[in-house]
Amino acid sequence: MAVSAGRQIVDLREPPSWRRTKNRIMTVLMVLAFVLVMVPLGFVLYTVIAKGASIISWQFLTGSIPPNVLPANVGGMGPAVVGTLEITALATVMAVPLGVLGAVYLNEYGGNKLLAKVIGFMSDVMTGVPSIVMGLFIFSIWVLHFGYSGLAGALALGCLMLPIVIRSTYEMLRLVPDSLREGSYALGASKARVTVTIVLPAAIGGIVSGALLAVARAAGETAPLLFTILTVTTVNRNVFSGANTSLPSQIFANASSPYVGAQARGWGAALTLIAIAFILMIVARFVTARFARYQR
Amino acid sequence: MSILTKADPAGPAGSARALSERRPLGDRGFQILALAAGLLVLLILVLIAVSTSQQASSWFSTEGLKIFSSSWDPAANKFGALPFIYGTAITAVIALVMAVPVSVGIALLLNEVVPYRWSRPIVYVIDLLAVVPSVVWGLWGILVFAPWIQHIYGSIGSGVNGIPVLGNLFGTPTSGASFFTAGIILAFMITPIVTSLSREVIATVPAIDREGAYALGATRWEMIRGAVWPHSQGGVVGAVLLGLGRAMGETIAAALVIGSSPTITSHLFAPGYNMPSVIANEFGEASGVFRAGLMGLGVLLFAFTIIINVVARAVVERSARRQRGA
Repeated sequence: MAVSAGRQIVDLREPPSWRRTKNRIMTVLMVLAFVLVMVPLGFVLYTVIAKGASIISWQFLTGSIPPNVLPANVGGMGPAVVGTLEITALATVMAVPLGVLGAVYLNEYGGNKLLAKVIGFMSDVMTGVPSIVMGLFIFSIWVLHFGYSGLAGALALGCLMLPIVIRSTYEMLRLVPDSLREGSYALGASKARVTVTIVLPAAIGGIVSGALLAVARAAGETAPLLFTILTVTTVNRNVFSGANTSLPSQIFANASSPYVGAQARGWGAALTLIAIAFILMIVARFVTARFARYQR
Repeated sequence: MSILTKADPAGPAGSARALSERRPLGDRGFQILALAAGLLVLLILVLIAVSTSQQASSWFSTEGLKIFSSSWDPAANKFGALPFIYGTAITAVIALVMAVPVSVGIALLLNEVVPYRWSRPIVYVIDLLAVVPSVVWGLWGILVFAPWIQHIYGSIGSGVNGIPVLGNLFGTPTSGASFFTAGIILAFMITPIVTSLSREVIATVPAIDREGAYALGATRWEMIRGAVWPHSQGGVVGAVLLGLGRAMGETIAAALVIGSSPTITSHLFAPGYNMPSVIANEFGEASGVFRAGLMGLGVLLFAFTIIINVVARAVVERSARRQRGA
């Protein structure tokens, strides 16, 4: 039985063949695809931080918007910061409760009904409606009758957020185990009570983080605001009437300006906007990690 | 066994009806509220179609079939939408040609190559792409990217000038703000969504198929070709269509880098225009038929994207259902 005592060691490794080389090439191509995406992302973030960080200061975040010809060290983006915060907040207040209720209908009441299937399908389709069309829509049903206002902008942003909130909340509600619902029914609770006091709290972590991601998305949108708030350069603290402004629409206006000062303020506003979106995203991750009980 | 069936509370007939009649008012109210919120989605979609078409009606009625003519000149009262439809199609195709292989590659990398603990950070990084707002891509595109890539266009253009097909596509004239620049920026912007959807589809491939392919001695790439790809083909097509819808409707980034010139040309490095960006750039100053025309472009855009999204969702759902059934 001592065959292995012989000198010959059989090399079981396959010799490099075309098949293995091809496998290697394809793996390298996949890694390359990832690198290819990293390059522009790194490039954009680097440019925004490099050009924006030098101009951002407390004075920049609160100062008034000067005429485009003035150099970068004059004024700031105060009205745009105020506008973005109030318009996004108003849109959130409108879209999140409605979106959560819509998802409650889809998951708790709809079941396999045709209507629920249609609503679910159309809500997914609605996420694909271009943001500029939402702007035109609010322009024709609201702005033509009531004039430009922060509220009109918030309505347009709310229409964009609604389907996103419905989808993310629906996914979270589906994860809540039926045993929780059945346990509460067994104690004699009504369906509304079970939904509000048992199902929604069980899914609250996921719902909040989904809503925050929708807010982050809406805060960066420009197209729906162009024809609804009419970009102005003065502070408007009344979100319900009068033309308003926002960081994205101000960046859009400054990007096509030939003046260096205006462009520098544009970079500062871009950094502010990205910072807001990042903070919302990080808070969403934190909420998911800390409060989400059921994860996919 | 018989004791169990007797003890089943769902058994006795009639009691369920009595329960439903005693439903408290708040319970009913909540259900109606939830239903109303769900119906709101349908209402908004219908309202979008009705209100924008109403505003665009004077364009449709005065121009008739000329809405698809190729000349757009507000000063001469010519409002043909063809240059913008053409530009939308060209930029979207450029974006897809670049974004789809990359996105599918990353999706395969995440699902089939890297270990799980590495894939999460990679997903975070891809998601960062989606967090950068459209207008920031536009700002970077027009102030940094376009001036830089203009030199590359210039040398490619003079290189291929005179060669039959290539000369027509990539020859001079060249400009930093062009169809191609817009296509590239759109490609960056649709990569995250195409990646994440493809990843979801690829993740549904049963492990037993993969293991079977490996057991037959396949390399990883052969396993992907033989086991993963046939399974996820349909879903990836759906993901690509959703990416197409995004690329067609993306406004602000394209508006800044496309060059704003309503021309139909085969030169990809020449300035052009597409539907969302002409609305964004000119709606503010427009009135009368001009405004109705821009509104009409919005109606067309809405119709195109709705059709593409409905088809895409149907494709995704059909392939998901087939996989569950199989």
